[in-house]
Amino acid sequence: MANVFRVGNCAGFSGDRVDAPGPVVDTLIELGGPCAVFFETLGERTVALAQLEKRRDPQRGYEPMLERLLEPILLRCARHGIPIIGNFGAANPPGAARVIAMLALRLGLPGLKIGVVYGDDVRERLDLKTHEVYEADTGLDMGGGEVVSANAYLSAKPMVDALKAGAQVVVTGRTGDPSLALAPLIHHFGWRYDDWARLATGATAGHLLECGAQITGGYFYDPGYKDIPDPANIGFPIAEVDADGRLVITKAARTGGLVNVQVVKEQLLYEIHDPACYITPDVTLDFSQVTIHEIGKDRVEVRGVRGGPAPQKIKATVCFDGGWMGEGEISYAGPNCLARARAAAEVLLQRLKLRKLAVEARVDLIGIASVHDGDGSARWRTYDGGEAQDIRVRLAVSARTQDDADQAAREALALYCCGPAGGGGVRWRTTQRIRTQSYLMLPGDLAPGCSVQSAAEIAA
Amino acid sequence: MTQTDDTLVTVALHSVAHGRAGDKGNRLNVSVMPYDPAAYAVLAEQLTEERVLALYVHRGATSVKRYALPLLPAFNFVIEDVLEGGVNGSLNLDGHGKSNSFILLGMQVRVPEKFVRAANPAR
Repeated sequence: MANVFRVGNCAGFSGDRVDAPGPVVDTLIELGGPCAVFFETLGERTVALAQLEKRRDPQRGYEPMLERLLEPILLRCARHGIPIIGNFGAANPPGAARVIAMLALRLGLPGLKIGVVYGDDVRERLDLKTHEVYEADTGLDMGGGEVVSANAYLSAKPMVDALKAGAQVVVTGRTGDPSLALAPLIHHFGWRYDDWARLATGATAGHLLECGAQITGGYFYDPGYKDIPDPANIGFPIAEVDADGRLVITKAARTGGLVNVQVVKEQLLYEIHDPACYITPDVTLDFSQVTIHEIGKDRVEVRGVRGGPAPQKIKATVCFDGGWMGEGEISYAGPNCLARARAAAEVLLQRLKLRKLAVEARVDLIGIASVHDGDGSARWRTYDGGEAQDIRVRLAVSARTQDDADQAAREALALYCCGPAGGGGVRWRTTQRIRTQSYLMLPGDLAPGCSVQSAAEIAA
Repeated sequence: MTQTDDTLVTVALHSVAHGRAGDKGNRLNVSVMPYDPAAYAVLAEQLTEERVLALYVHRGATSVKRYALPLLPAFNFVIEDVLEGGVNGSLNLDGHGKSNSFILLGMQVRVPEKFVRAANPAR
């Protein structure tokens, strides 16, 4: 492949392995040639959790692992001209830029150019009464909670503008996830914003890479059926794209995991609805004619992606205060543990009624039926698969107030002395909940942009 | 008794195909790809929208749309209202429904034995 640009992924979600970026950057430097890396650390509701954190402390609200993720690679990326792009700004891109600026000063990089993308926060611009609700969300009950955050999925353009202005690190909040990888490709190749075929290749590279190890064997690994080498040391992915839009997926050198046809298929369809119409802010993707080819060890080529015009409307996700969840767990093991666990489950549900707690509840019997069960717990109630050896009873409740959630969860704690026999290992906790609903906005509703400053200027 | 490769056997879909689940709001998608592309046609007959919906009704699913991708080959099932409120509203331990690909992979299918992938021995 001539005139190749490489894009490496260094994180696929908030909580990803902090030692993943090093081998990706090492590999890009060894291979030489133009390249960039990106971090995708912002899930559908991570931005709301970040917004809540920012309320508690206005300096925070960005990716909590930001410094740990960037410190091992920032100096090398700056020296080798590798731009770093990330939505690790979350609810506070300027706050993230300050952290990066301080890190840069500490590493002797006062001139590091940091770009901040703004305009995704649309709380002042979105009208819940008049903007259209995104179709997948029309059945959700919002419970009338207060709005915590509202963020539009920005396109690649403000990131491209930041790169054009010389940014070596680009910090964003909410953007289309594939746009994070597409932006450096548009910048490098000078693609037009209506060159749908080439934009489609770049956005597909982003779609395939944005979940990190999900395309290098991590989430793919199914022992005995889909084995992978060295699963504790999975390498993160690298896409190679050329000027004509040829796309090859590979991964960091000297790492575990694999890139083969099967794993690329799984990730191609991940979180996709109609494969002929996958909408990103930059281009609409059509995967219906895609074929996938192994062209070498850990090298897979993706052919036949087609692109159509970007959507007329822009998706914005609103997060509402969703009250509280309380959870309490207790374990039963050994003889008659199934009967003891079932009895504990019934006692917990009776206790919530006796105490007239304003909660909705569900009980799981982990080890019998839990994650595949429904809220009615039909699976463990009707289970007749014989005696079990080790079961964990889990009570989960939703409540308007933290106190109600806590009181309900503590009913699991009370089983220590109140029985049934032999219960142990209680844990209980409460978690603030966020509900999301997406809306559609018009391009004219938004005013995205970017600012680029040196680390020294930002830290001043 | 000797069996030919075309002998029909009843097995879990998991030994014929692999897949992955993803969520958006209260909607789940589950992809399914046969290990042997030649198994696509027999799976197309058996992995109907009705049969897939039946596997998820206890979770509140209301409808299933199947997208066929014969070139990959793969299927993509989009299952509506199955996440009991989605990652933010569900009381399920797995609010994302990430583990739910293995509900579909647990479906019993009747296929020629040549398409069945036995587990590799532990290494």
